[in-house]
Amino acid sequence: MAIFSDTGLLLLITLIKIAVVVVVLLTTIAYLTWLERKVVAHIQARWGPYLVGPHGLLQPIADGAKAFLKEDIVPLEADKVLYWLAPFLGFTLALLSIAVIPFGESFTIYGHTISFQITDLNVGLLFVFAVTSLGVYSIALAGWSSNSKYPLLGGLRSSAQMISYELSLGLAVVGVLMIAGTLSLRGIVNSQAGFWHVGGINTFLPHWNIFVQPVGFLVYFTAAIAETNRIPFDLPEGENELVGGFHTEYSSMKFAMFFMSEYGNMVTVSCLATILFFGGWHGPLFGPYALRVILPLFWFCAKLFCFLFFYIWMRGTLPRFRYDQLMAFGWKFLLPVGVLNILVTSFVVAWISSS
Amino acid sequence: MVVLFYIFAALAVIAALSVVAQRTPVYSALSLIVVLCSLAVVYLLLGAEFIAVIQVIVYAGAIMVLFVFVIMLLNAGREVPSHRSRMARWLGAPLVAAFLVEILLAVWQQFPAGSTRPASSLDAAPAAIGHLLFRNYVLPFEVTSILVLVAILGAVVLAKKEF
Amino acid sequence: MVPLAHVLALSATLFVIGAAGFVFRKNIITVFMCIELMLNAVNLAFIGFSRYLGNLDGQLFVFFVIVVAAAEATVGLAIIIALYRNRNTLNIEDLDSMKM
Repeated sequence: MAIFSDTGLLLLITLIKIAVVVVVLLTTIAYLTWLERKVVAHIQARWGPYLVGPHGLLQPIADGAKAFLKEDIVPLEADKVLYWLAPFLGFTLALLSIAVIPFGESFTIYGHTISFQITDLNVGLLFVFAVTSLGVYSIALAGWSSNSKYPLLGGLRSSAQMISYELSLGLAVVGVLMIAGTLSLRGIVNSQAGFWHVGGINTFLPHWNIFVQPVGFLVYFTAAIAETNRIPFDLPEGENELVGGFHTEYSSMKFAMFFMSEYGNMVTVSCLATILFFGGWHGPLFGPYALRVILPLFWFCAKLFCFLFFYIWMRGTLPRFRYDQLMAFGWKFLLPVGVLNILVTSFVVAWISSS
Repeated sequence: MVVLFYIFAALAVIAALSVVAQRTPVYSALSLIVVLCSLAVVYLLLGAEFIAVIQVIVYAGAIMVLFVFVIMLLNAGREVPSHRSRMARWLGAPLVAAFLVEILLAVWQQFPAGSTRPASSLDAAPAAIGHLLFRNYVLPFEVTSILVLVAILGAVVLAKKEF
Repeated sequence: MVPLAHVLALSATLFVIGAAGFVFRKNIITVFMCIELMLNAVNLAFIGFSRYLGNLDGQLFVFFVIVVAAAEATVGLAIIIALYRNRNTLNIEDLDSMKM
């Protein structure tokens, strides 16, 4: 490794990490579609895809090929620049927020320490929120540029929903920040190592934030489902309500990009839930060094999978909110509960740190 | 590292010119978002990491969404050229250029490029900003929150439909 | 390190572009956006000075400017909506009299 300068080596390692993470993320998104169809099908007492490959495992590949080969229809009066920009913007932002998510501990190879994270910003959590805020534009512009009734309504409603629930999302994590004392995601996970000790006795409960911030977790997860436009909050893109919402006039590749960005946002939000409330990659460690490096990754992915499964489970089970119920719920219930959570948490933290 | 400042500064200036020159308000709004994001990167390069992220979340992610909503709701189309006198345009452009040159000369005289001492290290962590905000500046903080409340009430009253 | 003069030059350029747009544009929403551009130029000057004097107060002032700009944008856009409902135009040349 002496032929590379320090900066050159850092750049090379970062590029490799980016390539690996993007490939894994895209595969995850593709197989998330398969998982969703299978799980929803079984909830509805049918089989779902099972013809293409064993248990339908090659279905996402077939879907991808179909999306590429479909005819690309552009409405005549559509605003060309914005029509092309919206799905690509959404997809780019969905991939961007994965850059600060830590997946595991660091490992040492040939004297270099490499951590399972592309970059550790010390305002990492705010970076994820910034990327989420910009994601609203993709939907608003998609609705506007299609120059048609249903997309415009769907786009405006969806954007209004997203900016309303962004507030609750931000407030819900302030409790976690007060406990962890840092905005860096790796710092927040590191503060959840070990077990809870009550009065000196080791309860064998992991030191996860869910046990001290249950209300915060509920507010966060509800707001996250609303942010990603999933059932029960998906009125703006529901088929039987608004034709297709903001993606009515899109076809083939650009339509596929909207769906990939929706699943990408789901993955990001579930990663954040794992990191903020469930201890990230902390779990039982055993075995030789190579196993100890891989196990945290495994625990992280297991917890992530639970959240994604829960998302899909809710899709198969719950009906959707009406739009005014949705907005009333976000502003009149979730926001005050989030603020109350901050109030109570700050009192408790101040009391504990002063005693 | 320093070359990044010049790249994003150039991007900000080009996008600002686009804000002023575009005929369609939606394109102006999008150009303004580009200006805000490139300024956020410049803030990051100047050591203000918290303010940079706040700029993206609040300014580019909420205020500009408001602008884009209003443009879409009012269906603001292309701007028709002015039917008043053309004198403003012929006189105006040289005056704007003169104004810019005058400001740049004033800046250059005050801070010639060679005389800057190296920048002192600044602890701009969110914790430091929080300390300052809630100790020295707690009164402006509270007054600003009342201001925001008044703005919300005003906006609701002004934009309400009369039934 | 970037010299302070260059940061201020960028700030001045953005401010003058915003001022020119404010004076020359006819659509009231675009005029409003040029005001936001001027506010951002001033924010940049604050951050530049905060860096070179090693004083965090500049960044705090930018925080307050952003919040006040949010409040101002809210009320301003509400006024524009009310204006559009009454006069049905967004051209400031047609909005030059307070009589209906």
